[in-house]
Amino acid sequence: MVNIIWVSLIFIAIIYSMLTGNIETINNGILTHATSGLNLVFELMPLIILWTGIMKIAENAGLLNSFSKILNPILSKLFPSLDKNNKALGYIASNIAANMLGLGSAATPFGLKAMDELQKVNEKKDTASEAMITFLVLNTAGVTLIPTTVIGLRIMYNSANPTEIIITSIIATLISSISGLTLDYLIRRKNR
Amino acid sequence: MNTISKIIIPLFVLFIVFYGVKKKVNVYDSFLMGAKEGLIMVFHITPTIIAMVFAINIFLDSNFLTGALSIFKPIFNLLNIPMEIVPMALLRPISGTATLAIMNDIFLNFGPDSFIGRLSSTLQGCTDTTIYVLALYFGSIKVIKTRYALPVGLFADLMGIIAAFIVTFIFFG
Repeated sequence: MVNIIWVSLIFIAIIYSMLTGNIETINNGILTHATSGLNLVFELMPLIILWTGIMKIAENAGLLNSFSKILNPILSKLFPSLDKNNKALGYIASNIAANMLGLGSAATPFGLKAMDELQKVNEKKDTASEAMITFLVLNTAGVTLIPTTVIGLRIMYNSANPTEIIITSIIATLISSISGLTLDYLIRRKNR
Repeated sequence: MNTISKIIIPLFVLFIVFYGVKKKVNVYDSFLMGAKEGLIMVFHITPTIIAMVFAINIFLDSNFLTGALSIFKPIFNLLNIPMEIVPMALLRPISGTATLAIMNDIFLNFGPDSFIGRLSSTLQGCTDTTIYVLALYFGSIKVIKTRYALPVGLFADLMGIIAAFIVTFIFFG
């Protein structure tokens, strides 16, 4: 699926630019964009290394486990296929918490670690498990309670009330997450 | 708002290190162990990130979206949907940086407190970049068959975008 998107993006970009005589821009872009991709990796690298390190302390101290136990009533409903002691649940809970607080830099490492743990209990290693898909649906909906970047920009442009959009964002996010999770649930039930 | 987010991370780090010491965990060794896993993780996601950033950016450079959308302009006018917001809604699942740039333009041209300014703020805050997240997370563990993940993710985005339009109308319309 990602494969199709990737191919489409490249096909459309190059063919459309050729037709509109804009190929010069693409020609210049091809190499610089590979570089900007690598720059993004370098931006993420220290964050990922730092947070996986910190979270390993939490994991070894049993903190991650107690955190997922608190959230277990909700998590066990969302992820019925996982054992309640699975380490992935702790990372999933941390990822959601970080997302909610608008700490995107910490959310990504937690999410990657959660996928890593989910892969350990996945039977077909090249195929997404049900738990992985539920986690990603939850994640792509981006349950953000405080959209810090947006508020920051609104302040910069002298908004009279920079935080007034928090409530509309939360409602839209909730509708998005609930619809995604419902569809995910229906598909899981149908597959059974 | 900013002060809260500034204090959360230091407190969080302090709490975890303190808790580790209290539970008699070898804190430093644990950190190194986790950090090493993190380094391997970075190694695994590097190809995915470069592939996605590359494809998304040349797509944006081609201006295909602007061209394609001009055809539908009469329809959006009829529905009273501001034209400037449409590329933002369409790009939301693909690129967070691109939509942030569009929002910035909207703030510059219409102000953050205009209807379209509030709408773009809600859109930016209500969902994450689905395609990038899927590629990154599945790429990191080498899952190729993503099954129904993308359709469900895009469905959630669509519902979020529709909700953003409606909710902004109700609150600020």
